[in-house]
Amino acid sequence: MNFAPPPMSLLAELTHRCPLACPYCSNPVDLERRAAELETGDWLRVLDEAAALGVLQVHFSGGEPMARHDLPELVRHASSLNLYTNLITSGVLITEATLTALDEAGLDHVQLSFQDVDETGAERIGGLRGAQEKKLAAARLIKARGIPLTLNFVVHRENVARVPAMLDLAHDLGAGRVEIAHTQYYGWGLKNRDLLMPSAAQLEASTEAVVKARARFGNSLAIDYVTPDYHADQPKPCMGGWGQRFVNITPSGKVLPCHAAETIPNITFPSVATEALGTIWQDSPLFNLFRGTDWMPEPCRNCSLKEVDWGGCRCQALALTGDAAATDPVCARSDQHVLVVEAARAGHDGDFIYRRFARA
Amino acid sequence: MSVSETSVLKFTRGHRLQHDRVRDVWLIQAPEKAFIADPVAAAILRLVDGTCPLSAIIDDLAASYQAPRDLIATDVQALLASLLDQKVLGA
Repeated sequence: MNFAPPPMSLLAELTHRCPLACPYCSNPVDLERRAAELETGDWLRVLDEAAALGVLQVHFSGGEPMARHDLPELVRHASSLNLYTNLITSGVLITEATLTALDEAGLDHVQLSFQDVDETGAERIGGLRGAQEKKLAAARLIKARGIPLTLNFVVHRENVARVPAMLDLAHDLGAGRVEIAHTQYYGWGLKNRDLLMPSAAQLEASTEAVVKARARFGNSLAIDYVTPDYHADQPKPCMGGWGQRFVNITPSGKVLPCHAAETIPNITFPSVATEALGTIWQDSPLFNLFRGTDWMPEPCRNCSLKEVDWGGCRCQALALTGDAAATDPVCARSDQHVLVVEAARAGHDGDFIYRRFARA
Repeated sequence: MSVSETSVLKFTRGHRLQHDRVRDVWLIQAPEKAFIADPVAAAILRLVDGTCPLSAIIDDLAASYQAPRDLIATDVQALLASLLDQKVLGA
């Protein structure tokens, strides 16, 4: 086993319930139902354990985390432990009252998602009529209370042409930061991959828009730009390395090294319902499965970048090659790199498979 | 952006200095990241409280570290001007 430094960030997926149905949702295809969700007391204990372990920031996410009525209580508890509290929200449940409760609980920062700047485009992705107006109102309420705000945009072939307008909107709403993230293709995103895939020309135009906006806005707007893997030839250091910085807890309490890890076969997913978070982080087979570099095959094993990209993404390797321990095919040195090259050219328009709970 | 001896600075909302007991380092917490403050930066930033002018912070450090005041002043102004520019600190 490898000694693991403590995690920096906890992604607390409080619920998979969400009023939106985005076809690239990072939640797993098998969504967890309300009856399976952890109780308030479980989360309070998890926050205690996370702080003691060395977690610095808690990202309250979902689903839509504001669907949990105990969110202010959880934020208050995390703040009392000196954890930095971030809310990742669609914004459609934000009102003066719900936001005030979170602000008074000590919330440090809000990441508000937008699906597009164009109302029709946004509501085609999110599947909720009236959502765009609610999000704009939410952004204004957040600003009025002085809570630091980041706008999140996931971009894909249907909305990527509007990246310049997204950057302008972030600036106009007074957000300190904006994230322009090309879609990641796991779970729901993988089901809809060809319908989301931008062309090389679209990618180039979006990158240029970001460069121009950085020059124009300077320090008044920080821009995080996440490029799409499939158009690259070097993998990203997914999660900063498996089990090195990041821990994800699902609504029912499963503890994962990333949101997509439940796709990995033949391994037990540990749970905070039965084990302590620190034990899971340090000793569980799941967290040690791809930790460090010992698991790597060739050509990763002798690659000078192995501690730079940490072998890229295991879930992507699994999704594309059927083997979670294979070299990430995004890497040009992978003998299966052709898979991503072909997929990057396969984009076309069509009808999405929306994120929904399976019929019971 | 520049700072002067009369500037009174504080951490902007969304940023704070905190001691990490587990790793025994000082950190600046920021949206979606935390960066380590080295011991010199931490010594300076612990005195940034929204009430003390820079001149008082510099006096305090010059006395604590028994170092020439202008040397301290240069370090303090460079660090704080940079953090002001990054909006980690505000007036």
